Formats: sequence, C-alpha cells, structure tokens
Amino acid sequence: MTLPLSSSSASPPFALRLKGGGFAYGDRPVLAPFALDLRAGETVAILGPSGGGKSTLLKQVAGLLPGLETPVAQSVAWMAQQDLLLPWATIRENVLLGARLRGELPDIARAETLLRRLGLNAWMDSYPAALSGGMRQRAALARTLMEDRPLVLMDEPFSALDAITRASMQDLACEMLRDRMVLLVTHDPAEACRIADRVLLLAGHPARLLPVTDFTTPAPRDPLSPAVLPALRAVHAALQEPLP
Amino acid sequence: MMRPLVTLLGLVLLWQLIVTLFALPPYILPPPYAVALAFIQRGDVLLTEAAVTLAEMLLGLLFGALLGAMAALGLLASNTARRWLLPVIVASQAIPVFALAPLLVLWFGYGMASKIVMAMLIIFFPVAATLYDGLRRTETGWLDLAQVMTANDPRHRHRVLLRIRLMAALPAFASGLKIAAAVAPIGAVIGEWVGASAGLGFLMLQANARVQTDLMFAALITLALCAVALYAAVDFLSRRLLPWQADSHVSK
Repeated sequence: MTLPLSSSSASPPFALRLKGGGFAYGDRPVLAPFALDLRAGETVAILGPSGGGKSTLLKQVAGLLPGLETPVAQSVAWMAQQDLLLPWATIRENVLLGARLRGELPDIARAETLLRRLGLNAWMDSYPAALSGGMRQRAALARTLMEDRPLVLMDEPFSALDAITRASMQDLACEMLRDRMVLLVTHDPAEACRIADRVLLLAGHPARLLPVTDFTTPAPRDPLSPAVLPALRAVHAALQEPLP
Repeated sequence: MMRPLVTLLGLVLLWQLIVTLFALPPYILPPPYAVALAFIQRGDVLLTEAAVTLAEMLLGLLFGALLGAMAALGLLASNTARRWLLPVIVASQAIPVFALAPLLVLWFGYGMASKIVMAMLIIFFPVAATLYDGLRRTETGWLDLAQVMTANDPRHRHRVLLRIRLMAALPAFASGLKIAAAVAPIGAVIGEWVGASAGLGFLMLQANARVQTDLMFAALITLALCAVALYAAVDFLSRRLLPWQADSHVSK
C-alpha cells in the first residue's frame, strides 16, 4: 500500500511495520491479512462499520488475539472504550498499575506529574467512583501515558463521553500523544478528521484496510472548518460506499 | 432501630397469648417471664456454654473459609485440579452432615475439635463456590489491560491474579462468608448434640432431659443471638473492608 506522503518528502521513514496474517472466528474470516506502516509520531485512524473487524485488528496488534506476524506486544499501550479503572484502587494506584503488575518499582513522581497535567491533582487519592466520566477517562489516559510505549492503541476511547467532554478529551489526547504512534479505532468520522494524520477504512468480508484520506495540517483540527470539511465528506462517503 | 423492637414485643405478646389461650403447662411451652427468669438465674451457665459454641463457630468459620479459599484458588490455577477436585467437592455436599456427625465425634473426640471440623465442612462449600465463581468472572477488559501491560509474560501472572482477579472476587467471597456465617451455628450445634460436654447444644440436651423447658428456650434464644451477631459482624466487616462494592439498593 503506497500512500502519498503527507507532510514532505523529508518526513521520517516508516518507524513500524505491522503485518497481520488475517483472523477468523471459527470458519468465518473477519479480517483479511493486512500490512500497515506507521511513521514516527503519526496518528492513524481506522474507521469502519461496527462489527467490521476494527477491534479484532486492534486486539491482534495488542497481542490479545494471535496472528500478528510482527510482534510488538512489548511496545504497546492500550486504551479502551471503558476506562477500566480498578474500583478498589485510588487514581494514583490505577495509574501505577502497569508497574505494579510487572513487579517494577513505580515512578510515583512521574504519575503525579501526569495526573497534574491532566487536571487530576485534586483526585489522586480518590477512588474512581467519585469521578465523572470525563475525569475517569483522563485518568485512563494518564495510565496509558504512564506506560510510556511508542505505540498507543485506542479502541473508541471517547465514544462513551458526552459531546463537549469528548471534544476536549480529543484535544487533550492529541496534545499528550504528539510524539507517539497512535492507532485509533473509531466509528466517528469527525473524531478521525479531528485528531488523525491519516484515515483508513476497514471494511468488507473479510475486512481489508483501504486508504481514505491524509491530512497535511497538524491535529487537532476543527472537522467542520472549510479546510477539513471536504475530507470529512470523503470519509463519510467512504463509510457508506458499497464495497467492490 | 425501632422496627425490630416492635417486632420483638409483638412476638413476646403472641407467645404469652398462646400460653394463656391454650392453658399450656410450662414444661410444654413456658411463658415469657419464666424464660426471662431462667436467663437471670442461669445467666452464668448460659454465658459459659455460649462462649464454647461461639468459639466453635468462629474457629469453624476461620478454618472453613481458609480451606474454601484455597480450594477456589486451586480450582482456578490448575485444570487438573478442576477435573479431579470439582466432582469431589460437589459430591461431598450430597452427604448430609448429620450423617457424618457421629463419625467425626468418634475421630475427633468429644471436645471442640469435632464441632470445628463439622462447622468447617458446612462452611467450606459456600465459600469455595462463591469465590471460585468470583474469580472466574473477572471483567474481561481488566484482564485484557493486564495482558497488554505485562505482554502476557507468565512471570507476572501471579501478580495479575493477586492484584486484579482476587481483588475483583472479594465481593463474591464476602457473600460466601455471609452464607457461611449463617450456617456455622448448624455445624457447631449438631456436633454438640451428637456428643459433647459443653456448649449451648449440650445445655439444650441436658435441659430437655430434665424437662427444664424454660432453660431450653433460654439456650435457644442465646444461640439465635450468637448466630445473628456472627452474621452481623461478617456483614459489617465486609462493608467496611470493601467500600467500593457499592450497594445499589441503599437508601432508595
């Protein structure tokens, strides 16, 4: 798959190549073999109909499902639609979960810095139940960033939030994840146009990855601004198009 | 706070009414004041015997819960254990404890040990079953997250078990403990009936043989109080120690 380079010919070479061997549930293939090259610092959004194999692809990259030919399990962080905060642990302890599970000495100072940057400094000792949905998702973002991995996998991370909280979360995530590669699965064209550098479509039976659009302007961008609107229309159209 | 007192008063009145109405002799159904008198006159005996029964119940609960927790963890940890142990555990519940009581007294003697073993046998099952269920039903999102965080490295598996699976199963474990606390008195008293030299069950048998029905009732009420106190203590502790287990039913 060759895509026109978005920024300039001097843009960094592909930093990571993901190759999947396809995936089937029983004898029903849901995901065709795919190859996806990520540039350093690039955010790639994968759109598609629900049940179309998006989550399967992401789980395969995360190592939760078998079939990835280029294992990257050591270098990924995972953020899901639910915040997955542990209700019995404080926000600080939730952010430190990765280190605790690996038996490492946790970097508490870094966790607190992250929480402060995400506006949660007053909530470090609170339990998740005391937080609003938006705050909980910010805590989940802090936990994801705490993992400090080059590739961040996000499975519809903002779809459970209300519209206003979602927009501010998208901008925040965009800013905090600037230097990392992000693979974002979403069903929301506006979200893809707002924060992704590149938008791919995953559709068909079994599902294949198809390029849709590239952005040259830095994210986050207003999906309804005149410069972005044509791309948003194109993404909408691609989603509704019957497959070849 | 008022409601239980009103209920209690109503029951006592009903009791007195039945005694008066049917002119029952005190050795069949003693009137409330006779039982109250037994409490005052034989208070020291009741207290000593209650202490024995309570100790049997508590120790049975402790060891039964430990054994149940170990069985649940063993079932989760190994497929072999699941295949061999699970049918045995289920089958063991088909044998009524009443039938085992004489044997346990024969093996463990007339002292406390046989009663503790009996209580353990009853308590073990609800604890093992509920904890095992709780351990199996961990939110899959948490496990996915843990698997990505540890890159599915088997060296970290025990920490995932401890920090996520076990913590998530604690509310289920608490439910098991509450059931266990409610059935613990059964084990202790059956043991005392079959063969003992102390305890409320023993006292009831003695009183029964001497037709001291008032003392029998006093012992029965003491036993009920012990059982309720044990349940309330377990309930209180589980709420206190698992505050995140929100009661969606509260104050509505």
